[in-house]
Amino acid sequence: MAELQFREALRDAMTEEMVRDENVFLMGEEVAEYDGAYKVSQGMLDQFGPKRVIDTPISENGFSGMGIGAAMMGLRPIVEFMTWNFTFVAFDQIISNAAKMRYMSGGQLKVPIVFRGGNGAAGQLAATHNNSTEAFYTNVPGLKVIAPSNPDDAKGLLKSAIRDDDPVLFMESEVMFGMKGEVSDEEDYLLPIGKARIAREGDDITLVAHSKSYWLAMEAAEELAKQGYEATVIDPRTLRPFDTEAVIDSVKQTNRLVIVDECSPYGGIASEVAFRIQSQCFDHLDAPIARVTAKDTPAPYAKNLIEAWMPTVDEVIDASKKALYVN
Amino acid sequence: MADETKNPPRKRAAKKAAPKKTSASNGKAASPQTVPDAADFRMYTEGGHTHESLGLEKDELLEMYRSMMLQRRFEERAAQMYGRQKISGFLHLYIGQEAVSTGTIHALEPTDPIITAYRDHGLGLARGMTANESMAELFGKIDGSSRGKGGSMHFFDVEHHFYGGHGIVGGQIPLAVGLGFAGKYKGTGAVAVGFFGDGAINQGAFHEAANLAALYEIPVLLVCENNGYAMGTSVDRSVSQPDLYKQAYGYNMTGALVDGMDVFTVYHAMRELAKQAREENKPALVEIRTYRYRGHSMSDPQKYRTKEEMEAKKNEDPIIKLKAYLIDHKLADNAQLDAIDDEVKAEVNASVEFAENSPYPPLETMYEDVYVQEDYPFIV
Repeated sequence: MAELQFREALRDAMTEEMVRDENVFLMGEEVAEYDGAYKVSQGMLDQFGPKRVIDTPISENGFSGMGIGAAMMGLRPIVEFMTWNFTFVAFDQIISNAAKMRYMSGGQLKVPIVFRGGNGAAGQLAATHNNSTEAFYTNVPGLKVIAPSNPDDAKGLLKSAIRDDDPVLFMESEVMFGMKGEVSDEEDYLLPIGKARIAREGDDITLVAHSKSYWLAMEAAEELAKQGYEATVIDPRTLRPFDTEAVIDSVKQTNRLVIVDECSPYGGIASEVAFRIQSQCFDHLDAPIARVTAKDTPAPYAKNLIEAWMPTVDEVIDASKKALYVN
Repeated sequence: MADETKNPPRKRAAKKAAPKKTSASNGKAASPQTVPDAADFRMYTEGGHTHESLGLEKDELLEMYRSMMLQRRFEERAAQMYGRQKISGFLHLYIGQEAVSTGTIHALEPTDPIITAYRDHGLGLARGMTANESMAELFGKIDGSSRGKGGSMHFFDVEHHFYGGHGIVGGQIPLAVGLGFAGKYKGTGAVAVGFFGDGAINQGAFHEAANLAALYEIPVLLVCENNGYAMGTSVDRSVSQPDLYKQAYGYNMTGALVDGMDVFTVYHAMRELAKQAREENKPALVEIRTYRYRGHSMSDPQKYRTKEEMEAKKNEDPIIKLKAYLIDHKLADNAQLDAIDDEVKAEVNASVEFAENSPYPPLETMYEDVYVQEDYPFIV
């Protein structure tokens, strides 16, 4: 095991796959000469040259579509978005083209492309730059969506995403790029897409949380433990497809479920998970499923407001206690 | 096919317009310091080609005629079948524009990837899709080119390097640049050709794609099939620069204007422009002026144009023009051409029968072709 930053794990995954397969290339804003807006691709231009590490103009629709066209011809592009906030101008390419090409062509084509970049709120950036976009994209059949919470998963899943023959949306977080963690140094470290990770086991309540929210759930679980309640924490890692079985298995033991999700509450990831669990193991539930999400407003700028807008550890603890019927 | 571009015997052949000394500033008094770089505009509007000047053999000419007839008769039957409710949804006919598809396909290498918008039957058939798979797709049957999942707007024939049939106006233009990018990346020497309508030139996707194509020196021809109307909105009501080819200037690329009612002119222009793209890794914006004789879709009352305009344009019918040429030059007689017509009609009639007899897609095919992954866990 080596201790790596999240960004280094991502870089290692891309580098290994580019060494392995000539058809893999990276493009995006500032990925080459600038060494990456968040230094994820640092040094990659030097290693692979401008043919395979390509700076793009600020044209998300254009370069997303160009990547999809290249993937239709058998290349395996990695398209970096500076953040997922900026993908709204590339929405048509991702939804109308990447997701649906195979279907509309009756299976004649595949689109092996990875779109990746920072997702979710990242501080006092105000409403346009603090979107959690996963619920928009998980809504679209034809896409796969991954949102890892730690460097190890980031590496193993990104490598798998690059090798996957379907379009994969890989969501990172600007505030997690510097996070350090142990990363497997297995030679070809691949994690399966669509499998959750049970991060902590406890009999009293199940917490489900992905990406940044996962760390809130873990902190809440530690605090709950101090108060005598043991939580299972599940990191789904992949949001589409979603490992429903892992949650069902856990809820059958704990009978209680809280979902932590940075998306807006209306139709977010939490809504989908809650629906699946109530419909598939209703008889096992001893309390209504609870969720902790962002507030139902655009993200505000002011420090106190954005802090109140984001899900917090205290909210996760409160929601858990409500589900446990304790106060 | 013989390539005579090295020693062109043509007299009145469309020529490269001399680079314009002055700007696109439309006669504004410009001081020498403000005169921009010369634009590379080319006019392919004069016609006057002969098959000899283009190096086209008789067999290929008859093949072109046959292809144009197939596209025409196929769509006439499709319109009829739409009327009989055998075909649903949208049906956008290409009738009148066949010189564009046919001239282009014959000018390209068969492995050059092409992609277009939703008015896609003509290009698909010209590239080698069969009438059977095409009609079955319109009928929404399992033997359709997309197994009944795409319909009229989403024809694909990847085996023949036809990358679709795309429904969102302008959305396929960045894809075209990607097709060209892949050819350059792999060193295949292929030129990609991306078709779109005059309405699409107002989409941001076009402008982003044009910039990327020129910036990365991608061998791609961005071909605007200007049929005069974006649904019911004419070009001069929707584009600030209605000479669409001139928009190439802003992207530092060749801009070409082509008469799309003459298959020889299209062939000639596309052969020259594809050669340049292939040899110099250069994109170009090609405006091909054409005309659709039918409405935008099947539900279009066509109040935006006059009968007189329609009649005048019918005198320019590219199929009639080619037919007259073949007869005038004694390359074929009426009987031979009639035989081709009959053959095409029979092929189209058979396609209707084929489509009728093909089964509807079994319900389980709904979940096929969504993902390459075979055991994807759908929510059911």
